Amino acid sequence: MTGAGITLFDHVLTANALLVAFAMVGIIMWLSNALASRLTGGRIHGSAIAIIIGLALAFWGGIATGGHKGLSDIPVLSGFGLMGGAMLRDFAIVATACEVDIERAKRAGLVGTIALVLGTVLPFLFGAGLAWAFGYRDAVTISTIGAGAVTYIVGPVTGAALGAAPVIVTLSIGIGVVKSVVVMITTPLVARFIGLDNPRTAMVFGGMMGTVSGVTAGLAATDRRLVPYGALTATFHTGLGCLLAPSILYFAVLAVTG
Amino acid sequence: MTISGVALLALCTLLGQVLGELLGVQLGVKANVGGVGIAMILLIAARVWLTDRKLWTAGVNQGVMLWASLYIPIVIAMAAQQDVAAAVSGGPMVLIGGICVVCLCFAMVALIGRMSGRSETMDEIEARERLASITEQADTA
Repeated sequence: MTGAGITLFDHVLTANALLVAFAMVGIIMWLSNALASRLTGGRIHGSAIAIIIGLALAFWGGIATGGHKGLSDIPVLSGFGLMGGAMLRDFAIVATACEVDIERAKRAGLVGTIALVLGTVLPFLFGAGLAWAFGYRDAVTISTIGAGAVTYIVGPVTGAALGAAPVIVTLSIGIGVVKSVVVMITTPLVARFIGLDNPRTAMVFGGMMGTVSGVTAGLAATDRRLVPYGALTATFHTGLGCLLAPSILYFAVLAVTG
Repeated sequence: MTISGVALLALCTLLGQVLGELLGVQLGVKANVGGVGIAMILLIAARVWLTDRKLWTAGVNQGVMLWASLYIPIVIAMAAQQDVAAAVSGGPMVLIGGICVVCLCFAMVALIGRMSGRSETMDEIEARERLASITEQADTA
């Protein structure tokens, strides 16, 4: 192909970035479904493979461009940023609410709420303990790292509120992102062992894990029908974390460290 | 009309986000508190209200379901734009922390699930509903 030809090709792809993303995701899903049925006999969900391919491509995109938005940092693939961004993600999650059985959701409401509170406090305490084990002794740093273990949004929000050092904020985001990625990959593998096959456990799972991206992708890869139940509780998680981490939980850490 | 379903979904999502932001401001938090959850509850309420008045038409349903069915592709696009490179290069504390906290949470999900007793699985629910609709058809026939 000539230089002008490549420019023209590039121009069409960049001008239609969202369509490029639709086409590529379609191809990834088609490939994943074929792999799932041919190689694993349907034991591994096609969407689980597709999500892992997505993460692998994100890793490659990050290495290739040095950016922070995975594949979408490559200009012709910038459509991934719009397609997988918060706006369309939330739009599609809300749409799944039509599949929620209201009575069932109400009955799981209390246990879901308990999971939501535990899902904020326990990861925070774990993260705080980890920071202590790695030699950090000031309450602001410990709280910011603890908040990162809740979700990768709670970490930086808490860090900003408490005035943590940028490098600590980066660490806390890192823990949150690893958490989210690990949830996406491992949920379908452990689903059977933790009894994740019914709406109530899905709501507990959503409240406990918190990370909306991890929960919804993990459930999508396990059983598409469970997604709305998990999403219903998970979406309150980040808000609750942002509420508790820089306030009550920080004061608790301060009381211990003195 | 399909667009009326899409529009309804958009209105619920926008209203939910606004209410989530307001809740955040009220609580003095720099984040959206449950915006998506509130939007989901609004959509469920709207569906009940419209169904009761026979206004939840096939077109409206199609507009909402179009986006519900695009959910998984959107999640895959979302996975493709995560900062995986940073997560991997974050060092031992980041990796240990991220992995162990997930194990802890999985254990808690299993524990809470066991403590609150057995629940009908998705397969059992669908089987029962299928059976119910078959008997219903047989009754009317």
